[in-house]
Order: sequence, then C-alpha cells, then structure tokens
Amino acid sequence: MTDPTAITTPIPEGVPEGTQPVEMLLNMGPQHPSTHGVFRMVLWVDGEKVVDVEPHIGYLHRGSEKLCEGEQYHQVVTLFDRMDYIGNFNNELAYCMAVEKLMGLEVPERAEYIRVILCELNRIASHLLYVGTMGLDAGAMTPVMFSFRGRERVQALFEAVSGARMMHNYFRIGGLKEDVPDNFRQLVDELMPLLREDVEQSDRILTFNEIFLSRLKDVSPISADEAIALGLTGPLLRACGYEYDVRKAQPYSIYDRFDFEVPVGLDGDCWDRHWVRVQEMYQSLRIVEQAMAQLSEGPVASSLGRRLIRPPAGEAYVRAENPRGEIGVYLVSDGTDRPYRLKVRPPSFCNLSALRRLLADTWLADSVVVLGSLDIVLGEVDR
Amino acid sequence: MSFLISLAWSALGLAIMFAVLSVVVLSMVWLERKALGRLQLRYGPTRTGLFGLMQPIADAVKLIIKEDIIPDDSEKAIFWIAPVIVVVSAFVIWVTIPGGDSVVIRHLPLGLFYIIAFAVIGILGLVLAGWGSANKYGIMGGLRSAAQLISYEIPVVLVAAAVAILAQSLEMREIVAQQSTYPYLLVLPLGFVIFFIAGLAEVGRTPFDIYHAESEVVGGPFVEYSGAHWSVFFLAEYINTFAIAALTTLLFLGGWGGPALPDVVWFLFKTYAVVLVVFWVRGTFPRLRIDQLMAFAWKVMVPLSFYTVIIAAVYRFYGLPWWSLTIMSAAGLAVAGWIIYRRMTGPARRVAEVQRQLAARRAATGART
Repeated sequence: MTDPTAITTPIPEGVPEGTQPVEMLLNMGPQHPSTHGVFRMVLWVDGEKVVDVEPHIGYLHRGSEKLCEGEQYHQVVTLFDRMDYIGNFNNELAYCMAVEKLMGLEVPERAEYIRVILCELNRIASHLLYVGTMGLDAGAMTPVMFSFRGRERVQALFEAVSGARMMHNYFRIGGLKEDVPDNFRQLVDELMPLLREDVEQSDRILTFNEIFLSRLKDVSPISADEAIALGLTGPLLRACGYEYDVRKAQPYSIYDRFDFEVPVGLDGDCWDRHWVRVQEMYQSLRIVEQAMAQLSEGPVASSLGRRLIRPPAGEAYVRAENPRGEIGVYLVSDGTDRPYRLKVRPPSFCNLSALRRLLADTWLADSVVVLGSLDIVLGEVDR
Repeated sequence: MSFLISLAWSALGLAIMFAVLSVVVLSMVWLERKALGRLQLRYGPTRTGLFGLMQPIADAVKLIIKEDIIPDDSEKAIFWIAPVIVVVSAFVIWVTIPGGDSVVIRHLPLGLFYIIAFAVIGILGLVLAGWGSANKYGIMGGLRSAAQLISYEIPVVLVAAAVAILAQSLEMREIVAQQSTYPYLLVLPLGFVIFFIAGLAEVGRTPFDIYHAESEVVGGPFVEYSGAHWSVFFLAEYINTFAIAALTTLLFLGGWGGPALPDVVWFLFKTYAVVLVVFWVRGTFPRLRIDQLMAFAWKVMVPLSFYTVIIAAVYRFYGLPWWSLTIMSAAGLAVAGWIIYRRMTGPARRVAEVQRQLAARRAATGART
C-alpha cells in the first residue's frame, strides 16, 4: 500500500464531482470474530468488493526466538510448544530433531514411533480445528461442535500421555520425557474408531454441502507456480496440484516406513485446500494405525538421559511437515548449554504473506473464508 | 360513546396480542437453543428451571438491565427511532394474522395485502439502524439488508398473489377456508418452496443471514446496539420468524384446519413445526455470499414465482382440475431443483472425478506415491 487514499478503480465518464465511487477503509481486527486470534486486516473495499488489503501482525509477539537464546536446550521445548499452539507435538519434534542432528544423536526406536503417533494425532486434531473454524467462517455453526468432539478425544489421550492437553513439553532431545502410560495401546485402540467416526462426520456435514461448495469453490484460485513463488507450503501448495510433502520428499524421523498417500487438489482454490486437509486426516489415521502395529517395547530416552547438554559448535537446519506447512528450524550452537541463535521458518507466517495476492478480486465475505483457508496460528506468525 | 368502546376493545386486543407474542418469543428462544443444542451434540440450557425453561427470561432480564451504550458519533434520533420502526412493523402485521377462526383482532378483507405491505417497513428500520450507528460494519449490514430484503420481497409477493388467485380472496379466513379439502401445499408445491425460502431470506435466517453475518460484518446493523435497544431488534426478529411460519401455515398448510383438536391448537402445532424447520436449517447450512444471494433471487426465485403466478392464473382461467396444477408446479420445482443442484455441485464433482482417475492410474502403475 503506497498511498492509502489512492482510488484504484477507474472513475466512469460523466460522473459529477463529489459523487465518484469512493473506496471505504474497513478495519478488520484485531478484535473481530473471524480473524483467528489477534490478526488485523485493513481492507479497502469498493462496496462489497475487496480492492486491497494490508495485513498487520505482531499483536502476539513474544520474542520467542530471542527467548530461546536465554534458555538451556531442554527448556527451549516449552517455547516451541507455544509457537504453533495447535500443533504442539509437531513443533517439539522439529526442535528436537534440530538438536539431535547437531549432536548426531540416535533416538531409540520406540521413542520414534511414539513421536510419530503423537504427531499424526496432533495433525488430525489441528485439521479438525480447521474444519470447525472454516465452518464458522462460512456461517455454519454446527460443524465446529462435531469436529471439536474429535479434538477433545485426541486431547484426552494427550493428557493421559503427557499430563497436559496443549502445552505438552513431552518430547526431549534424544527421546521422550518418559514412557507412555501402561494402557497406552488400549487408549489408542479405543480412540481410533471414535476418531475415524468424528473425522467422517465433520467431513460429511461440510465438505460436499452445496452452499459450502458455492462459497469456497473457485474462490481465490492460485497456480502451483505462483504458490511456489509466494513460498506457500503444506496443504496450500498441495491444493494447487503440486505433490510436495516433506514426509515424502525428504523423509525425517521414521516416515519412510509407512504407506500413505499425499492428497493433492486441482485448482488451488479454497475448497481444494479444505478438501486436501480433510483427506490428510484420513491418511494420518492410516499412519497411526501402521505405527501402532509396529510399536515395540524398548527404551524411550537416549543414553544422554537428562543431563545438561552442550552440542558441539556448529549449525543445523531441519525441516518437517507441520499441519500448516513446512516448518524449518535453524540452530546455531557455540558449544555452550544455550543456543547461540535459533531461527524458525514458521509455515503460518510464510503462508500468510500470500494474503494480499489471494484476496485480489474477492468479495468481502470471501476475505474471511480465504483467511480461514490459510489456517494461520497467530502464536506462530508473531512468535 | 360507541367509538370510545371500540377504542377500548382495540386497546385490549392489542395488549393481549403484545402479551401473547412476548410469550411466543420466549418460547421460541428456548426452543431454538434446545433444538440447536440437540443438533450440535449439546443439551442446550439446563440450569435455569426445569429443562432450562427459565433461560429466555434470564436472558431478557440480563439484556434489560445492561447498560445501553449510544455511540458519540451516532445520529441520536435515527439511532433511537430505528428499533422502534423495526418492532412496530413486526407487531402491526399481527393485527390480521388469525390464530383460529375467531382468534384474531380484526379480519381485514385485504388482510394478505396489509401484511405484505407492512412487513416491508421493517427494512427501513434496519437501514436506518446501520446508517445511524456511525459504524462501517453497520453501514455494510444496512445496505446488505436493503438489497436482500427488497429482492426477496418480490417472490414473496408473487407467490402470495398466486395463492390469492387460487383462493380468489385476500382475506386470511377465506384463504384458509378454501383449503379445507386439500391444503395448497399439495396444489402448489413450488409456491410453498419459494415462499419458505424467500421467507427465510426476508427474516434474515440462515442461510440468508447475510446482513447480520457474524463472521463478516459482526452483527451488521445491530453492531453498535446493546442492552434494551438490542433486545428490541431481537424481539422483532423472532416475531418476524414466527410471522413467516404462521403465513406459511395459513397460505399452504391449511391454516387451523385439522380434525378433533381446537383450531388454535392446530394452528400453533403447524406453525411451530415450520419454526422447527427454520431452526433445523440454521443448524445445518453455511451462509451464502451477497452476490450469490442476489443472483439466486433474480435468476431463480423471481422467474419461478412468475411461473407460479402464470400457472395459477391458467388453472383459474380454464377451470382445470386441481391436480393439473400440482403436476405443473411439481414439474417446475423438479426441473429448477435439478438444474440448481447440478450447478452447485458441478465443480466438486469434477475434483472427485479427477481424484478417481488419479487413483486408478496409481493402481494401474502400482506406484507408491
């Protein structure tokens, strides 16, 4: 936005002075029911059409990256919990992998499996939250109740495992904090059919609803080339038909041992993004089932134990597939017990940067839906 | 002297109407919360009284004792008068909406005309509310409501005209009496569907709750209203919903006609059934976008309602048997419904088809994705 007062739509010939169409500046957020937290959009609207948008972020800035430099390596896990607070386990995994890569640590087999199980369940819980809020953004109030039932069930399992429903602080460098409870297998076996039912129900109530379709289909389509140029990752990129998933493209942890598909869309519009996320939930269920079948007994922490760690001086960059896209963690160590520098590439932040392009030529009501289809988490955008 | 007596009777009638409608609104609030709760895996209110029956009263008390905030920049007079216009237009139409053969304040010979004419005035209140509250969301909501309600007024009027052609009367009592053998739902199914859908739009119910869309314009015209002022809008909205349900009952479901039970009971039973369908729709559908809403009005509803008027007139003019009208109406409904369904689901069926082809290709090549 160069000149906020500039009128970008051409004024028709013969319109008398003082009655030209004037664009209205509409401030949306940070207190607005559908900006998913404390995000603020300044919209220039011409009637119901969005002419331009200026996103404002930073209302939730806590300086997480700087805080990481003052904490010991084990303590940093809690800060990663609080970045993407919908996909906590995935975030913890990314950080732990970075330190493990720097130290060359081997993670025990059982710990890897439990990590994958928890991460995939977290992906389902995150996508369920997305389905619910997408329904609310489109004006349907029931899907959120159905999807939250499934999310609650997953969170109950997380609580049984880690003691916390959201900020788990459960993954440790080189393994896990402690082994899962004795009845873990029973808990998961009870959860899986219920969770599959929840996913199916929240899929059926919304995805092919005629009004939902007409609201989301062909809204802000984007080509794969443009999506890559804008740095979109995750479901947003896959919705354009580009099959890119870090779990397949550069398998980390033990993802190469599982048989799953990467769902892709066609047109890269809002409905395809929704559809890709829904299909991903089914694939995550497949991964969890396979991982549970392969899960064996054994230690869950590396030989390191709980000692204070001092990784060798150097740097490491890892990437992982979060529910929202590709997270990158760049870690620089100077050999002390605290990170020298820790830089995160948060998927929400990079996806959000495409907002202005995505909102071109949309309606005011679409701006809410498009923002919902980006599925941002402000804790991660602002850090 | 006789003038004074009739005035006193009118005042008494209006007071009774006001009391009855207030009770109706309270019952609808409770019913909506319970019905939505059941649709959404919840219980709805349970704490206030038996089955949460006192919840609407608790809500009302809370709303009335809340501070009534009037924004500094608002046009005070317009801000004050807008809720009054909305609620008065919501109440006055009930003068001639009968709840039974004799349960009415005044049987007007032009009752249907009167109802439709006065129902439109509420739009003015909504536009003024949006304009007067000096809020951009309010202005957007007010303009949306003007566009939406005026567009959907046309199908409502035309279908009501078709019903009037069938009944050859505009008096509600006569229209109901004409339906004693078979309700107009069977004669004019297309008209029923149009009237119900346009009625939903008229009262701003999901999927047409665009002018007060929570996720976009945050309440639209009501965004700056609070406390008692807001509760007046709320009251009017529920009365209007009940009025549309009552009109649907009277025009298409045979009014208070029914065996065994008193006529008022039948009327209330049918009306509340329609109200429950309105709540059911609210618990199921997302919201349309404003351009889709307008396109639906002018490209679908208006032509179909013209068709309804024409077939009703043809039926009357040539004195055809009544089931011929049913066939014409149902055929129009089926054709229109099929076309709309194909159009709305077309893009998604394309995606699903491509996915099927992809899966088939993967299965053929045996490639692991």
